[in-house]
Amino acid sequence: MPGFATLPYDVAHVLDTLVLVLSFALLYQRRLFGVLTIYAWQALLLAAAAAWQAYAQDAPHLYITAGIALVFKAIIIPIALHRIIVYLDIHRTIETALGVGATLTVGVALVALSILLVLPVTTASGALTRESLAAALSVVLLGLLMMITRRNAVSQVVGFMSLENGLILAAVGVKGMPLVVELSIAFSVMVAFIIFGVFFFHIRERFDTLDIHDMERFRGERR
Amino acid sequence: MNPVHLILAIPAGAAVLLALLPGYRLAARLNVVAAAATLGASVAPFFHRPETTPLLLIDDFNIYLILLTAFVAFTTSLFSARYVIHEVTTGRLPARYLRFYHAMYQAFCFTMLLALTANNLGVMWVAIEGATLTTVLMVGLYRTHEALEAAWKYFILCGVGIALALFGTTLMYLAAQPVMGEGMPAMTWSAMLPRVGAFSPAILNLAFVFLLVGYGTKVGLAPLHAWLPDAHAEGPTPISAVLSGLLLNVALYVVLRYKMLLAGNAQAVAPGPLMITMGLASLLLASFMLYRRRDIKRLFAYSSIEHMGIITFAFGMGGSLANFAGLLHMTMHSLTKSAIFFAVGHISQVKGTQKIAEIRGLTESQPLLGWALVIGVIAIAGLPPFGVFTSEFLVLTTSFARAPLLALLLLAGLLVGFGALMLRLQGLAFGAGEGGGKASSAALLPLFLHFALVLCAGIYLPGPLVAWFRTVARLLG
Repeated sequence: MPGFATLPYDVAHVLDTLVLVLSFALLYQRRLFGVLTIYAWQALLLAAAAAWQAYAQDAPHLYITAGIALVFKAIIIPIALHRIIVYLDIHRTIETALGVGATLTVGVALVALSILLVLPVTTASGALTRESLAAALSVVLLGLLMMITRRNAVSQVVGFMSLENGLILAAVGVKGMPLVVELSIAFSVMVAFIIFGVFFFHIRERFDTLDIHDMERFRGERR
Repeated sequence: MNPVHLILAIPAGAAVLLALLPGYRLAARLNVVAAAATLGASVAPFFHRPETTPLLLIDDFNIYLILLTAFVAFTTSLFSARYVIHEVTTGRLPARYLRFYHAMYQAFCFTMLLALTANNLGVMWVAIEGATLTTVLMVGLYRTHEALEAAWKYFILCGVGIALALFGTTLMYLAAQPVMGEGMPAMTWSAMLPRVGAFSPAILNLAFVFLLVGYGTKVGLAPLHAWLPDAHAEGPTPISAVLSGLLLNVALYVVLRYKMLLAGNAQAVAPGPLMITMGLASLLLASFMLYRRRDIKRLFAYSSIEHMGIITFAFGMGGSLANFAGLLHMTMHSLTKSAIFFAVGHISQVKGTQKIAEIRGLTESQPLLGWALVIGVIAIAGLPPFGVFTSEFLVLTTSFARAPLLALLLLAGLLVGFGALMLRLQGLAFGAGEGGGKASSAALLPLFLHFALVLCAGIYLPGPLVAWFRTVARLLG
C-alpha cells in the first residue's frame, strides 16, 4: 500500500464500515423519526470519513465536502424533514415494508454482491480505495433497496439521500478525484429540491404502489 | 471569442432575465428571441472551430447535435408562445406560473447545450442532472394529481439513474487515474481518449454498465423507462416536444461518448451487445404497449421509447453504416416527434381533451391540423418518402446482413408499432368529424418546417451532410 501507513487505512476502514452498518439500521427502522435519527448519524459519519480522507490524502478540498455533509446533511436536512413529518402529520405511520427479515437478507446479499463485483476488478488500485469502494457500492445498493421497500415518500427520500451518501463515500475514497465538491453540491441541490417538493405538494405516500390493480388506475390512463 | 461561450451564455442569461421579468406575453416573445439567438450562435462553430479546452469540446460529432438542439429549441419556443397564451386565456394555467416556466425553458436549453459541449465527464453529469431538475419542475406545472405523480415518478427514477451514472463516472476516473495521474486530465474526455487503451479493462466494464443503466434511464430505455410516458403526458406539450426531441438525444449522446471511450480499449467488453439488448427490449416493449394507449400524448411518448430503442440498437450494432443510420434516425426522430407534439398540443387545446376516444375525424373538423397529424404519423411510422423511412431501412438492411436473427426481432417490433399507430390514426383523423372545438389559431410554421426537413431528407440527402454523417459514423467506431 504505497503512501498509506496502517493508521489511515484502519480509521478509514472503520468509518466506511460504520456508514454501511447504519445503512442496515435504516432498513429495519420502522418509525419515521427513527429513520431520521439514523440518517443524521450516517451523514455525521460520512462527514468524518470525508474529513479523514482529506487528512490522509492531503486533499484540503475534501474538507469542504465534509463540511457540507456535516452542516447540510447531518443538521439542516434532518431538522427540515422532522418539521415536514410533523406538518404532514405522518409521524405515527408504521411502515409495512417487505418485512425485516426478508429485507435484511436481501441487504446482506447486496453487500456480498458489491464485494464480489468491486474487489476482483480493482486489484490494481490501493487497498484503501478498493475496500471503501466496495463499502460505498453496498451503501448505494442498500439505499436503492430502501427506496423500493418503503411506501412513504419521506422515507423514500431518506433512502435516496443515503444512496447519495454512498456516492460521496465512493468519490472521496478514490484518490485525487477532481470536482468532488462541485458534484456533491450539485447533488445536494437536487436533494433540497426533492424535500421542497414533498413539503410543497404534501406528498405523504409515494404514488406507485406494488399493487398492480392500483398501478393500472394511477398510471394516469385517463378514462 | 470562443463561440461555445456565446452558445452557453445566451440561454443562461435569458433564464436569469426571464426569471426577473413579469408579464407573460413579453416573456414568451423574449423566449423566442433568446432561442433564435442561440440558434444563430450555434452556427458559428461551423465557420470557426474553437480549440478544445479542458472543459469544452467541439468535434464533428457534437457540432451537428448542437445545431439540431438549438433548432428544435427555437421552433418549440415558437409553438410554446402560442400554446401558453392559449392555456392562460382558457384558465388552465395561472399567468404567474409562466415567469417560472420561461426561465426554466431557457435553463433547460442551457443544460442541454452544456451537456453537448462538455469535455469534462463531471461537468457532463452536472448538466444532465440540471436538465432533470429543470424538467421535473415543468412536468409538474399543472399541479393536478396526475401531473404531480408524473413529476414525482420522474424525479425518483431519474434521480436513481443519475446517481448510478455518478457512480459510473467515479469508476471511470478510478480506471483513468493510474494511467493519467491524479487531477483534471483523468476526467477530461479528449485527454482520456488517446490513452484509454492502457486503462484497466475490468473497471472500464463495470463503469460502463453503471453509465449505460444510469444515463439509459434518461434515454428512456427499458427497464427504466416508466417515467417517460407520464412525464410526456402530464406536462405542458412544449415540454413533451423538447423532452422527446432534445433530452433523449442528449442523454444518448452522453452514452455514446462513453461508448467511444470503451471502444478505445481492446480488452474491455464490447458495449455493442449490451446496447443491442436494451434497444431491442425497449423497441419490443414499447411497440406492444402502443396498442393499449388511450391518451394521445402517452401514445406518442411510447413511440419515443420505441424509436430510442431503434437508435440504441443501431449504435449497438456499430460499424459505419449502422452508425450512419443511427445518427440519421436521431435527427429524423427528433424533428418528426417534436412536430407531432406541436400538432397534438394544438389538437388537445382545440378539442379540450387528450383522450383518443374523444378525438375523431380530425381531417374534417380541423383539416390543417388533422392532415398535419396524418403526415406526422405516416412519417414517424416509417413510411416513405419521409426521412424516418430511410434511416429505418438502413438499420434494417445492415442488421439483416450482419445478424439476421436480431433483424427479425427488429422487424417484428417495427411492424407491431406500425400497426398500432395506423390503428389509432384511423380513429383520430378519419371518419365523421365530431363538431366540438373552434377554429384553431395554430402556429403551423414550425410544424411544417420540421416536416419539410424530414421530407427533404427522405427524398434527397445533400452530399455534404452525407459526408458529415460518414465522418462521424467512423468516429463512433
